[in-house]
Amino acid sequence: MARLYGPRGWAAIGLSAAVLFVLFPLANLALPEGNPLHLSAYWVTLAGKIMCYAIVAVAMDLIWGYAGILSLGHGLFFALGGYAMGMHLMREIGREGQYRSDLPDFMVFLDWKTFPWHWWGTEHFWWSALLVVLVPGLLALVFGYFAFRSRIRGVYFSIITQALTFAAMLLFFRNETGFGGNNGFTDFKRILGFTVYTPQTRMALFAITGAMLIGTLLLGRYLVTSRFGRVLEAVRDAEQRIMFCGYNTLYYKLFVWTLSAVICGIAGALYVPQVGIINPSEMSPANSIEIAIWVAVGGRGTLTGAILGAALVNGAKSFFTQAFPEYWLYVLGLLFILVTLFLPHGVMGLLATAGRRKAAS
Amino acid sequence: MMRRLAWLIGAAMLMASAAPVAALDAAVVDRLVFGDGDEKSRAIDALVAEGDPRAERLLQALADENVQTAGQRVLIVNGDAAIDAVTGAAVAPLPADRDDVVVNNRLRRELSAALAAFKLTAPSRDVRLSAARQLADSADAAMLPLIKRALGSEQDVAVRSSLESIAATLELHADDRNVRLAAIRRLGQSSSGNAKTLLLGLLERTPAGTYVETDEEVRSAAQSGLRAVDNRLAWGERVGLLFAGVSLGSILLLAALGLAITYGLMGVINMAHGELIMVGAYATYVVQSFFRSHLPQWFDFYLLLGMPAAFVAAALVGMALERAVIRFLYGRPLETLLATWGISLVLIQAVRSIFGAQNVQVENPAFMSGGIELLANVVLPWNRIVIIFFAAAVLIAMGLLLSRTRLGLFVRGVTQNRAMAACVGVPTRRVDTWAFGLGSGIAGLAGCALSQIGNVGPDLGQSYIVDSFMVVVLGGVGQLAGTVYAAIGLGFANKLLESWSGAVLAKIAVLIFIIVFIQKRPQGLFALKGRAVDA
Amino acid sequence: MDRRGFIKSLKNLLGPAIAAMLAASVTQASAADKVVKVGVLHSLSGTMAISETVLKDVALMTFDEINAKGGVMGYKIEPVVVDPASNWPLFAEKARQLLTQDKVAAVFGCWTSVSRKSVLPVFEELNGLLFYPVQYEGEELSKNVFYTGAAPNQQAIPAVEYLMSKEGGGAKRFFLLGTDYVYPRTTNKILRAFLHSKGVDDKDIAEVYTPFSHTDYQTIVGNIKQFAAGGKTAVISTINGDSNVPFYKELGNQGLKATDVPVVAFSVGEEELRGVDTKPLVGHLAAWNYFMSLKNASNDDFKKEWAAYAKAKKLSSADKPLTNDPMEATYIGIHMWKQAVEKAHSFDVDKVIVAMAGQQFKAPSGFVAEMDSKNHHLHKPVFIGEVKSDGQFSVVWKTKGPIRAQPWSPFIPGNDKKKDEPEGKSKV
Repeated sequence: MARLYGPRGWAAIGLSAAVLFVLFPLANLALPEGNPLHLSAYWVTLAGKIMCYAIVAVAMDLIWGYAGILSLGHGLFFALGGYAMGMHLMREIGREGQYRSDLPDFMVFLDWKTFPWHWWGTEHFWWSALLVVLVPGLLALVFGYFAFRSRIRGVYFSIITQALTFAAMLLFFRNETGFGGNNGFTDFKRILGFTVYTPQTRMALFAITGAMLIGTLLLGRYLVTSRFGRVLEAVRDAEQRIMFCGYNTLYYKLFVWTLSAVICGIAGALYVPQVGIINPSEMSPANSIEIAIWVAVGGRGTLTGAILGAALVNGAKSFFTQAFPEYWLYVLGLLFILVTLFLPHGVMGLLATAGRRKAAS
Repeated sequence: MMRRLAWLIGAAMLMASAAPVAALDAAVVDRLVFGDGDEKSRAIDALVAEGDPRAERLLQALADENVQTAGQRVLIVNGDAAIDAVTGAAVAPLPADRDDVVVNNRLRRELSAALAAFKLTAPSRDVRLSAARQLADSADAAMLPLIKRALGSEQDVAVRSSLESIAATLELHADDRNVRLAAIRRLGQSSSGNAKTLLLGLLERTPAGTYVETDEEVRSAAQSGLRAVDNRLAWGERVGLLFAGVSLGSILLLAALGLAITYGLMGVINMAHGELIMVGAYATYVVQSFFRSHLPQWFDFYLLLGMPAAFVAAALVGMALERAVIRFLYGRPLETLLATWGISLVLIQAVRSIFGAQNVQVENPAFMSGGIELLANVVLPWNRIVIIFFAAAVLIAMGLLLSRTRLGLFVRGVTQNRAMAACVGVPTRRVDTWAFGLGSGIAGLAGCALSQIGNVGPDLGQSYIVDSFMVVVLGGVGQLAGTVYAAIGLGFANKLLESWSGAVLAKIAVLIFIIVFIQKRPQGLFALKGRAVDA
Repeated sequence: MDRRGFIKSLKNLLGPAIAAMLAASVTQASAADKVVKVGVLHSLSGTMAISETVLKDVALMTFDEINAKGGVMGYKIEPVVVDPASNWPLFAEKARQLLTQDKVAAVFGCWTSVSRKSVLPVFEELNGLLFYPVQYEGEELSKNVFYTGAAPNQQAIPAVEYLMSKEGGGAKRFFLLGTDYVYPRTTNKILRAFLHSKGVDDKDIAEVYTPFSHTDYQTIVGNIKQFAAGGKTAVISTINGDSNVPFYKELGNQGLKATDVPVVAFSVGEEELRGVDTKPLVGHLAAWNYFMSLKNASNDDFKKEWAAYAKAKKLSSADKPLTNDPMEATYIGIHMWKQAVEKAHSFDVDKVIVAMAGQQFKAPSGFVAEMDSKNHHLHKPVFIGEVKSDGQFSVVWKTKGPIRAQPWSPFIPGNDKKKDEPEGKSKV
């Protein structure tokens, strides 16, 4: 464990943990509303949402920054995890929907009488939690196995991941598929017996997300600093050569690909109760491409860069859509262009060169 | 209503040679304009009974929405001039305070039938033919004697045939069984959906369980007639499906051709390709607006200027992109992908700022509106036919350019082996720029074509980008043939599946098929490069 | 500098500084005393920008109009405009931001039912006030929302009744075509039950859905033709957004005329026809509670005000300013809110909700719109209009007066047990 980070790294992690697990809860729960230091629910949910995105960014960095696999469909795994958790939350609404029926509202207006087969067991939290891990994982496993076995790489791979998430989005937009169509799942009431929108539940979800983020970071770090990580980087840099050395790159790629998908699924499951809605536009190709830009902005191949990038871009998005809504797309587009042209190593790279220059001077 | 129609047709024909009256009956005109639905119907009958060509003019003006009222006066307005509907005298000056006369669907239907009645005795053969065709759907048993009489004096073959069909539909329920049999046989030769409905009606059962049509032989004749019509209808549907597949394929081809060229050449997947299509569509819109405001008499020819405008606009934008951004990312295709996605966002927002977030209106020129009627149930729209030919023309032009010109030679050379081509003196960088401009220009042409059949808005490109990719990925790079087969094939597959399972599932199935196909054959259908597709 | 001097200089600095801050806060307070913040929650980018941008503009225009006449209870309205970018989770986040950060007194916004459903929990949790101006499928009644758009019985059902009437063509078969989401699905469910009640069999009803942004309607128009061969058919279209353009183009080109198979649409207004060549569409129908072509004094004023505003703000639609039903509903909603605040002498949400009951306003539709005393919906007149070749609608039928809304449609089983007013308690 100790070799994962140097003393500065651990200090940073400790500080973040303190902010997340001590400062935030105090500012939100302990301080009264009038207090200038009080953090409203708005900030808690916003921070929680950004942390979920950060988890996805770390997962993306694992496959792109370290294994060289650019997936433009990772939003699919995020959304699948979200839907799995969403199904359980919809069950928990019970009879308090608009139609006072056991079935969710959208099934009532489709004239369905019972739950479809894929909803079986979702009233139990543990089964939904299992689905959160299994569904993205199995899909990633099957897709990845066939793709990597055929040695599909680079741009072609990115394009077919796009196709996959696009097809899934179309499927989920259909009301007959049984996932609420365009409305998706919303109006959640309870999770594990706790009401969803009380400050305490919010803070608890926030804390769990924070813990998950730190855990993912440490897990990723562990992987990339091990021998496994070395092989991965070799796969990224010179796949044919490492194949000739006798390594079966299929297993390495498949492992990190599936792990990444599972992490995204869990992030999605944490995202849904905090944001309060999930709908098929989470699977849109544009969303998945945005994940790539978070990692690119922060700095590929650094893990912490991914977190930084996710925070920066999403923070900017929240700010711009409020202050200068007409200019947000310009900012985002220019970000894509400038980062790829001038900042190939992202913000972390910028900081590193600044640090080196300071050390040299 | 049909009885009345019959009566009025008869009246029209009898009165056709009557001397015109001095003026129309003011009360009738008043009821026509100010009355309720039923009063209007009766007024139309009365006007047809008068047989006055002025009545025909009034009814035609009403159908064209040229009738207005000023107080109690009824005017036929033509631009700045107006005439009184009752007297026919000119009215000057034009009263300022005028109201439109509301014409709804029911009135419009009755008006077209009434006008057809007037035209059934017109001297011009084409007019009589179209009048007969119009009456085909509104035929009624009471009309029969009149149709027969018209048949008696009609010499022209096509008009006779049309009138005979109408007669057949009316004689289905005649008392004489031979007449019925003849009518059924006549109907059995038809290929319209209406014929099927009528024949089905003959085979219906009463609530008690017996047949409406009591005669056995007539029933069996109806059955075989129905089978024949169904057969013909099925063929019509097959033709329609074929056409739809080709049409969709031609659109996919246009959209993907430019992408295939740039990807084959530079290994660049240009995510801004959809926006280049959009640029072309907006260029067409600008040209159209210019023609509409400055050269309205030449409006039907705006596409002649629109096509090159779209090509040039998109090509310029593409070349600018290549010089400014893409050439610096040479050899890094994944970064190019991301950078071009950023460019697409900027382009979309730019267009939104300049032209507004709303869709803009691009009107088809007159020759591209409407369709050609192959069979009774198959109408092939002109705009789609034109686009199919246009796509073929672009393809041929592209093929010629690539195989016969110097630039094409360079493009092919650089695609096959960049390093070698550079060694023998091909200016690869400049070829890159030109080829990118070419690919973008074709995308612009695709945008011009798309503006004729769908929306033109800032999000136009987004709907075609995934499809373009699929065509390129499926078809493979390096040869145009791959793109062509992939585009047409996907168009067909999509339409075929759509007729079975609906639009969404068809699209999903096609996407899954491509994903699976790529696993088996990663380089696509026709690939110049080897098996491994290296990053 | 020694310590004493330092402290003295601090005092010299602090004194005036504190005085300045106090003065500033006093002037701030007096300036803030006369300003009330109001939220505008409409997509300015993304797929819904086409429809929603004009609503933002007409809301701002109405605020200017009210401010010019002295504001609300003497307070100037300060609009807070946010862009949820057609992204439903972002709608919820922006709603929360408007209510907790900006502390707005009311929010005017949303278009799609998804956006409304995603912000509803936020408004109910924080006891906010939302005015929703778009026609929708009903099946909802929240204490914190006022619905100024049409419920199905104020739009869909009168339209179908007209189509079945002799005047409307006497349709016997009905082709229900919609985009695949909750509004068309629920509306078609209501319409099917309504048609059954009028004696129309299931075999004479076809129900087809296409996804958003679907553009290729060749097969579907072919299916409509086949269906129409079985008897006089009318198409009831709940296609949303920009799919309408390719649908109408295909209809026109394949020769399906309105006199043979009329199409009535519920989501097509003047703004949607802006991007379409309307000549082949003449005769097709739409049902709304307002048309731009209505001739009366309040509509003339409304149109003039909008044209002047569009020109002054150099909006992209300024060369051809159009008004439509959701714009009128926004206009009515804002004015009614102002009236309710003045009646309640307060911006407090609960007091305003009570004061909204029974509010009346002379609407551009020419009728007096009235907010129902119980069910948070407007009494609205219904107009059926046919498309004219210039893109306007000519009114072919209208109700004699405003109709009361039935948010719980009697044609959906189980609705008879629902109360005609919102559940009283908020969740807090």
